[in-house]
Amino acid sequence: MLSDITIGQYFPGNSILHRLDPRTKVVLLFFYLVLIFLCKSGISYGVMTVLTAVLMLLSKVPMRMMLRSLRPLWWIILFTFVVHIFSTPGEELCKVAFLSVTAEGIVEGFYICLRLVLLILLSSLLTFTTSPLKLTDAMEALLSPGKRVGVPAHELAMMMTIALRFVPTLIQETDRIMKAQQSRGADFMTGSIMKRMQAFVPVLVPLFLSAFRRADDLAMAMEARCYRGGEGRTQMKALKITSIDYVAWGFSILLIAAVLALR
Amino acid sequence: MSITLKHVAYVYMPGTPFEHQALGDISAVIEEGSLTAIAGHTGSGKSTLLQQFNGLLQPTAGRVLVDDVDINPKAKKDRAAARAMRLKVGMVFQYAEQQLFEETIEKDIAFGPKSLGLSEEETAERVKEAMRLMHLDYETYRKRSPLALSGGQMRRVAIAGVLALRPKYLVLDEPVAGLDPRGREELVKTIRHLHDREHVTIILVSHNMDDIARLADHVLIMNQGRLVCDASPREAFAQENLLEGAGLKLPHVMALMKELRAKGLPVRMDCLTIEEAKREILNVLKAVKGKGGKKHAQ
Repeated sequence: MLSDITIGQYFPGNSILHRLDPRTKVVLLFFYLVLIFLCKSGISYGVMTVLTAVLMLLSKVPMRMMLRSLRPLWWIILFTFVVHIFSTPGEELCKVAFLSVTAEGIVEGFYICLRLVLLILLSSLLTFTTSPLKLTDAMEALLSPGKRVGVPAHELAMMMTIALRFVPTLIQETDRIMKAQQSRGADFMTGSIMKRMQAFVPVLVPLFLSAFRRADDLAMAMEARCYRGGEGRTQMKALKITSIDYVAWGFSILLIAAVLALR
Repeated sequence: MSITLKHVAYVYMPGTPFEHQALGDISAVIEEGSLTAIAGHTGSGKSTLLQQFNGLLQPTAGRVLVDDVDINPKAKKDRAAARAMRLKVGMVFQYAEQQLFEETIEKDIAFGPKSLGLSEEETAERVKEAMRLMHLDYETYRKRSPLALSGGQMRRVAIAGVLALRPKYLVLDEPVAGLDPRGREELVKTIRHLHDREHVTIILVSHNMDDIARLADHVLIMNQGRLVCDASPREAFAQENLLEGAGLKLPHVMALMKELRAKGLPVRMDCLTIEEAKREILNVLKAVKGKGGKKHAQ
């Protein structure tokens, strides 16, 4: 039951998007997201939609998986649409109770929903094509200029990496301890909420104990290998800007200029 | 009475890219009163199989019967009976000491009986009994914290916590893994005692063939989610190819006898304990010497 949870949504592959440097992806995604908010005309929306569709095809991630990332936000999208239909002033089409539906409202609602969908799809493209480890590497690299003003870039990235590394381990452990206590007659499924919460004490205590033990062991192991923070530390798989990154940058600058001109 | 598996199969995460068949069509009977060992390499499906015995995992196909009751019933009215049956199968996980959570040993062992809703007296009674069975002195240990014990003692406390449910069948997953040699020997003796004197049916998972050889009277060998051998230890260990195919080794005693035979001493191969092997070697040596002596006399 717990083992069925997958963390993150990285979809292993070797497409152009997978090979792009994570720093390029993070920065370009940021620009694209800002760009979407600047769109006003149908043409600019059209360009961004085509861009998103092309990127989705390039990523070689199954469409079904990508569209699934929209599912949790489906209701918000629908709600936004309905609110816009009724709240935009303009030519009245028909009346539902005291609310009037306007043509401008439908168009506006459609654009806003399209904006939401594009935002979600573009962001999930990043997490689909970039492993969590690469993402933290990119985060460290992008934050490192901030080191001079005291941003602990390396420490933040290391903490992220360790946290991500131990999520599956802790899930497995929770599963095991729950099963062990179930075998001793513990019941997590029935009873009042209070009762069910109490039933988790025999799971949480061993879980915390083992998490602390693991943290201790890990700190010891890191120290034994002379870990002393990021100062002067090199990476085995250093991030490297390649020709596809230059192409991506060149293309994006043109695209951004074009959309800004057409908006 | 027995635990019976009928064509049990189990698939992890069906319908996702991570789908994985852990068990395929397993049928076996574990008789009451036996000491059954389940052997197999890492990833052979041992642990998945164990979790079928008390319904922690429900088979994707097939049925699991404990004392002729299906423990995964379809009808709602049979659920209570099934739950009662599941609790007859006590489950001790690998590194069981990591599941201890109470402040004192007494309270931790009492967790099981209390969850069953037993009275204070009955609970106290069972805690005492379980501690006695695990050779933990009640007065000395009851008020101590389970975290202040040695690894071997902590594991005893954890096993006592399961025994307090008075299971008819006791499933032990790698019970001696990670213990020091002394803790190992003591625990093996305790398991033997539980089976011989207290008549608890024991199902033991181990990849230590020596422990299996000296303890078990019934061996199930798993390989890649399939049951490849269901026999007595003597029969099972006689099939060396099968063991090798499953990634297992001969028990040390048998490996020694094999070596001796290869060197020309005609000993029987199927000795399971050191005692048995010692007797066999001495007998054969005597016979050989007798013959050799006669030859010299001629």
